[in-house]
Amino acid sequence: MIHYLEIIFTALFIENLVLSFFLGMCTFLAISKQVKTAMGLGLAVLIIQIITVPINNLIYNHLLKADALAWAGQPGLDLTFLGLLIYIGVIAAVVQILEMFLDRFMPALYNSLGIYLPLLTVNCAILGASLFMVERDYNFGESVAYGIGAGAGFMLAVVALAGIREKLEYANPPKGLKGLGLTFVAAGLMALAFMGVAGFAF
Amino acid sequence: MAESKKELLTRAIFQRNPIALLVLGICSALAVTGSMSTALVMSVCLTLVVACSSLTISLVRNQIPTTVRIGIQITVIATLVILVDQILKAFFYDLAKQLSIYVGLIITNCIVMGRAEGFAMSNPPGKAFVDGIGNGLGYGFIMLTVAFFRELLGSGSLFGHRLLNLTANGGWYEANGLMLLPASAFFIIALIIWLLRTLQPAQQEKD
Repeated sequence: MIHYLEIIFTALFIENLVLSFFLGMCTFLAISKQVKTAMGLGLAVLIIQIITVPINNLIYNHLLKADALAWAGQPGLDLTFLGLLIYIGVIAAVVQILEMFLDRFMPALYNSLGIYLPLLTVNCAILGASLFMVERDYNFGESVAYGIGAGAGFMLAVVALAGIREKLEYANPPKGLKGLGLTFVAAGLMALAFMGVAGFAF
Repeated sequence: MAESKKELLTRAIFQRNPIALLVLGICSALAVTGSMSTALVMSVCLTLVVACSSLTISLVRNQIPTTVRIGIQITVIATLVILVDQILKAFFYDLAKQLSIYVGLIITNCIVMGRAEGFAMSNPPGKAFVDGIGNGLGYGFIMLTVAFFRELLGSGSLFGHRLLNLTANGGWYEANGLMLLPASAFFIIALIIWLLRTLQPAQQEKD
């Protein structure tokens, strides 16, 4: 049990996808002007991570890995090179299905997530989490834990940045630095703060 | 689009830089800029992928039904990225290990999708190819600038060659550890944006 908590904690703080691996930056910077919309985006990412990382884990372990197709009479077949194409396909499909499901059964949540859902297909944080899962050779249980940690880490970072940016609206920086430039500086300082937690490394 | 091919190529580097102005494709841009060599390899890979995907998509643009265009674009891009990834793993294994998952992440790099959707879908193949190269170079320009400062100040070397003699080896330069941390890339990009926007006031954000 402690092992799974460790994976969640590490993914949440020490190896935060956004602040230490720079994944999902485009969405992170574009949709962090207000705390409310940032919450919606963070929630969407969390849900999708929890679903896609374990699914891709099953596909990798039972279909793509070397010798995984031995049960089908194909020992020695290694399909890992198809991985990228398949993970992105799975992500696109899950996003689409989740969108239709929410639209049908939870219209309130669907409306609050709005346009963020379809955008997430091309979010590097989502694909990145699946690729890290493969690179680190997680088993199924670990991949569920990693999905939770990675998704919650993104949510934490984007909501925190939105809070900072709401205050920065009142600042009076040099003209060239206004907006994007200042956001980069704020994100950099946040990344530094998160490094401090690395002292907890297991 | 009345721009000549040469304008397409140069404008993407400075006036319309995909990273500094449009905030596209920074996801991977920051992570692999710890050293010049990884930044260079990453830029070359991305330029190849953008140029080839723009060319391919532009060639078949009249056959693509609009409802499934995103799916088709992703498939073209993913196939090209797999090719690049396999070539790197076969011939430059050490570099492929260093770049880790970031080569795979070219698929979701917004520059590639953005150029496919925004330019290649409505322009002839020749122009689309040049536009792809231009945007790849614009990306490479920022990547190499950031990597230059990070590697020089952080470890006193460029492309792995020692330029500044570190105090650890009895020299005079105290290595700046902050530059090796991911956070420093944020600050350097902020400074580049500041510089570009001061030189071109039209790009500044209004209230």
